[in-house]
Amino acid sequence: MLKIRNLHATIDKKEILRGINLDINAGSIHAIMGPNGSGKSTLANILVGKENIGNISGTVEYLGKDLLKMLPEERANLGLFLAFQYPTEIAGINNMFFLKTAFNNLRKQQGLNELDALDFMALVKAKSKIVEIDEEFLKRPVNFGFSGGEKKRNEILQMLVLDPTLVILDEPDSGLDIDALQIVAKGINALRSPNKSIILITHYQRLLDYVVPDYIHILYEGKIVKSGGKELALELEQKGYGWIEG
Amino acid sequence: MLEKDLKQSLAQEYKYGFITDIASDELPAGLNEEIIRIISSKKNEPEFMLAWRLKAYAKWCKMSPPTWAKLKYNKINYQDIIYYAAPKTGKNQPKTLDEVDPKLIETYKKLGIPLREHAKLAGIAVDAIFDSVSVATTFKEKLQESGVIFCPFSEAVQKYPELIQKYLGTVVPYNDNFFAALNSAVFSDGSFVYIPKSVRCPMELSTYFRINAAKTGQFERTLIIADENSHVSYLEGCTAPMRDENQLHAAVVELIALDHAEIKYSTVQNWYPGDEKGKGGIYNFVTKRGECRGTHAKISWTQVETGSAITWKYPSTILRGDNSSSEFYSVALSNNMQQADTGTKMIHIGKNTKSVVISKGIAAGMGQNTYRGLIKVLSSADNARNYTQCDSLMLGDKCGAHTFPKISVKNKTATVEHEASVTKISEDQLFYCRQRNIKKDDAVTMIVNGFCRSVFQQLPMEFAVEAYKLIGVSLEKINNSSG
Repeated sequence: MLKIRNLHATIDKKEILRGINLDINAGSIHAIMGPNGSGKSTLANILVGKENIGNISGTVEYLGKDLLKMLPEERANLGLFLAFQYPTEIAGINNMFFLKTAFNNLRKQQGLNELDALDFMALVKAKSKIVEIDEEFLKRPVNFGFSGGEKKRNEILQMLVLDPTLVILDEPDSGLDIDALQIVAKGINALRSPNKSIILITHYQRLLDYVVPDYIHILYEGKIVKSGGKELALELEQKGYGWIEG
Repeated sequence: MLEKDLKQSLAQEYKYGFITDIASDELPAGLNEEIIRIISSKKNEPEFMLAWRLKAYAKWCKMSPPTWAKLKYNKINYQDIIYYAAPKTGKNQPKTLDEVDPKLIETYKKLGIPLREHAKLAGIAVDAIFDSVSVATTFKEKLQESGVIFCPFSEAVQKYPELIQKYLGTVVPYNDNFFAALNSAVFSDGSFVYIPKSVRCPMELSTYFRINAAKTGQFERTLIIADENSHVSYLEGCTAPMRDENQLHAAVVELIALDHAEIKYSTVQNWYPGDEKGKGGIYNFVTKRGECRGTHAKISWTQVETGSAITWKYPSTILRGDNSSSEFYSVALSNNMQQADTGTKMIHIGKNTKSVVISKGIAAGMGQNTYRGLIKVLSSADNARNYTQCDSLMLGDKCGAHTFPKISVKNKTATVEHEASVTKISEDQLFYCRQRNIKKDDAVTMIVNGFCRSVFQQLPMEFAVEAYKLIGVSLEKINNSSG
């Protein structure tokens, strides 16, 4: 599904990514772990097409297409979704309206009819239940005045409604208490299916107790220094990132 | 990047910038007593009108233009302006639409204003003002059946001099300010509305202002009187050709609401704003004021200000009657080199008077957008209440948003609330939308529409749709304008 080859990124003369190689097949969950500043978020941002990231070289192939040549909205259109680490607030746009616009844009481009308000409402209600979001929440402006936990859950709700093919979750667990963490995990697991893949970026092994990955990669100073199965997280938890440096 | 995105299509032309090629009856440029006498005699005015004009002129000569607004513009030479221009239509004013020059009908058609009564906006009566004169008023007869008077101001002076004499200048006196004094001296036409007691005006009334002739100022005067227990909704729209020189528009609007009467006054102002370098455009110096003269009277102002190079405008209400109320809803957009200094004054005199002010300023390009407001509660106004909300949205980083709210309270039982916010559309917001498969232009439009919604909701339905479109077009200019 996704093939990253020799990906480099230099920001302000500093090399943030130093040759990433990664293959993601359909139906798998890959966790990417690493200390602050190791390049995790930069990798996520490059994949979704954020501008002004600096100099990028290497190739990324997604569903057989050259991902790096596409506009952000074209990538989204092909089922690429980023759950942001810090979702932005947009005053004046109602959460429900925003989601409906995004959803129907997808439908249009897939040649499907737009869902009307009632059908869409039913869909959103069903998905809201999974992440325990109530209706009042949908009427508020996008992320506006939301708590940290509400923002994270809203990202997961959007993910479930838009039903993407490849999801990148950038620290979906940061700042969450254990209850909220479990809700977010439930949402992520609800998306799992044989034709979808997930890239899960996190610092901690905590989330991985609830969302069990197929693979774990450790990113350190812009490189994947170790890859392995889910047991790698436990080892990392015990030994700390110092273990990598050593 | 954002700057670039926001600028991509400044090339979008002002849609209403065409010039109608029609012979014009013009007075020479410049202002003196003689010009005023000629205007008055062209209108065949009674003596009291001429006397009033001359009094205003004498006062104006001693006044100087206000300098307190946050506006920069070249000094206006009042002797360069033509104070009267009328399309030539033979000796007499056309009596019916069939006598109106087809070029004029075509002009209004191009502007989307149907002067033929069977046209699509059939529920709305229109008074069309072209340069200095009214060229047509629709549905006059139908309105007369319910006793509503809706006619050109000049006609009202002839037919209803007693109403004019009783009400003219009672809300905006001839010596109120520099521009109001100038208007009082030279105004040539405008609309007059009288709603009799206990009548609910059966249709929306609307005046459409068009400046066509070059080097001409437009000085119209609108007077609306809602007698006891009556109701009227009135809308004005304005456009002008694209010209390199600045043109002056100095209007006066007076509203009078008696006991239990309600006036809803909406404006969609789309005068030519000048080009992206600030060349040309209308100087819009307007005095609009209403008085809730009776108890339980209500005046609502809604304005959408997207045009003009300079906007200086503060639709205000004097809340004299006990239990009277007023609202002011405003969206003002300044793009490119446009400057808008606009807001309202709410003067609470009566007991239990209420006012609400919702102002939305949008600044883009190098635009400067200023909200200026005064909430004044006099000692007589027991239990007066005001709520003010004043929001600014900035697109790009070369524009400016400013607010100057002033509150003066002389009565301890009054409640005055003020809220304000300034927001910017950030790159993060746009990227967030794009990641969710919403294109940049659509994202900007969504954000701005969301920002304006609470004001647009106040407009009559058809005009709300127009307002969204107008903001959309103005935004296209922004989106396309940073190359």
